[in-house]
Amino acid sequence: MQKKEPETGAFFPRDRTWQPIAYTPWYKTSILRSPQKALISLNNTLSEITGPVFGHSTIGEADNDLIHNFAKPGESAIGPRIIVHGRVIDERGHGVAGALVEFWQANAGGRYRHKNEGYLAALDPNFGGCGRSITDEQGYYSFRTVRPGPYPWPNGVNDWRPAHIHFSIFGHGFAQRLITQMYFEGDPLIWKCPIVRTISDENAVRSLIAPLDMENTIPMDAQAYHFDIVLRGRRSTLFENRLEGN
Amino acid sequence: MTTYPAIVKETPSQTAGPYVHIGLTPNHCGITGVYDADLGIEMVNDKTKGERINIQGRVLDGSGAPVADALVEIWQADSSGLYNSPAERRGEADPNFTGWGRCPTNGESGVYSFATIKPGRVPYVDGRLMAPHITFWIVARGINLGLQTRMYFGDEAEANAMDPVLEKVRQPDRIETLIAARKGNVFGFDIRLQGDRETVFFDI
Ligand SMILES: [Fe+2]
Repeated sequence: MQKKEPETGAFFPRDRTWQPIAYTPWYKTSILRSPQKALISLNNTLSEITGPVFGHSTIGEADNDLIHNFAKPGESAIGPRIIVHGRVIDERGHGVAGALVEFWQANAGGRYRHKNEGYLAALDPNFGGCGRSITDEQGYYSFRTVRPGPYPWPNGVNDWRPAHIHFSIFGHGFAQRLITQMYFEGDPLIWKCPIVRTISDENAVRSLIAPLDMENTIPMDAQAYHFDIVLRGRRSTLFENRLEGN
Repeated sequence: MTTYPAIVKETPSQTAGPYVHIGLTPNHCGITGVYDADLGIEMVNDKTKGERINIQGRVLDGSGAPVADALVEIWQADSSGLYNSPAERRGEADPNFTGWGRCPTNGESGVYSFATIKPGRVPYVDGRLMAPHITFWIVARGINLGLQTRMYFGDEAEANAMDPVLEKVRQPDRIETLIAARKGNVFGFDIRLQGDRETVFFDI
């Protein structure tokens, strides 16, 4: 394996017309939690360009198996068995190796294992709802879970979240830090959801919808869904002695 | 010379939601037995160099109410101003200091805290030294895209006055929102998401 020099360039500026804006009153909680003053633009310094490393030893072998990582020995979580997999790449299309990908979700009935959760759907004693993975040399990650259920939430009187999995991604620089949600192809609740609609660009929303992936579906076992994640990319450090990261 | 532009768009953000603690600090919210320990809880060990400090504060919404379901992450240099990161090319950082911390806000008070060390100074893009500072990232239900800010140290008035980033903020009352007051070894840093004393957030 070829040892790559770490990239040290500044990140491309974030496209804040593509990203959701802060104040989205149809998603009511954003009203009091959205900054109203202008953000101060800042050239990337070392404080933004650098970031910690998560070695593969940081995590356990079963961490990416939500069907079993909370279950009693010999038992498993209830619900449609799925595999979610894809690549973490940067805006230049390069795989991001060693990225920490963390995910959490409701169980197959749409219920989270949390003391503040009030939905009447049942808890699954064999489902915790969290998992994590570190991407390989090409940026690939994968995990096994049950398909989460949609659930109602207090916003409008009859708002339902589409089935989704929450993702947190940690690349190589602290300024790449990202949290998002993955949705499932064909779910009619996606386009009705006030949280989805915090994103104004339809193509941006589409990039969060994972298609069913029959090629990687395991017969008689689990359907596969494909979800690629793009983190901010870096400028080449063109005026240094060598061109980095290309 | 070939340049390499962005060719794919960044994945759009979605709120961390009310249950971010399930995913990022499961032990904290009672999901035990899956991970040995939550990541980012320990930043220092017995051998870490530098002055031991605690950082403590609340995350507050526009009405002044605590944001009890937030998650705060910090990233900082070691005591000599080096980052424990492969992209740090100036030298080797203290191997006994991670530089990275993660803390859920308390479910009632909205308080977070970090046991860490005071960072050294790091150069700005033009080579001038920045004042010691810690980079913050805040996510919660109702926050559509993670917020980025910095904490500076109240006992570094001279360095703060010359800091190139604080210089960009300009208005003294806004700079105030980034400076943590010292009490013993505790630096107090409240993060106000909105309102008169809204914390300065950066587009980095
Ligand atoms: Fe959710």
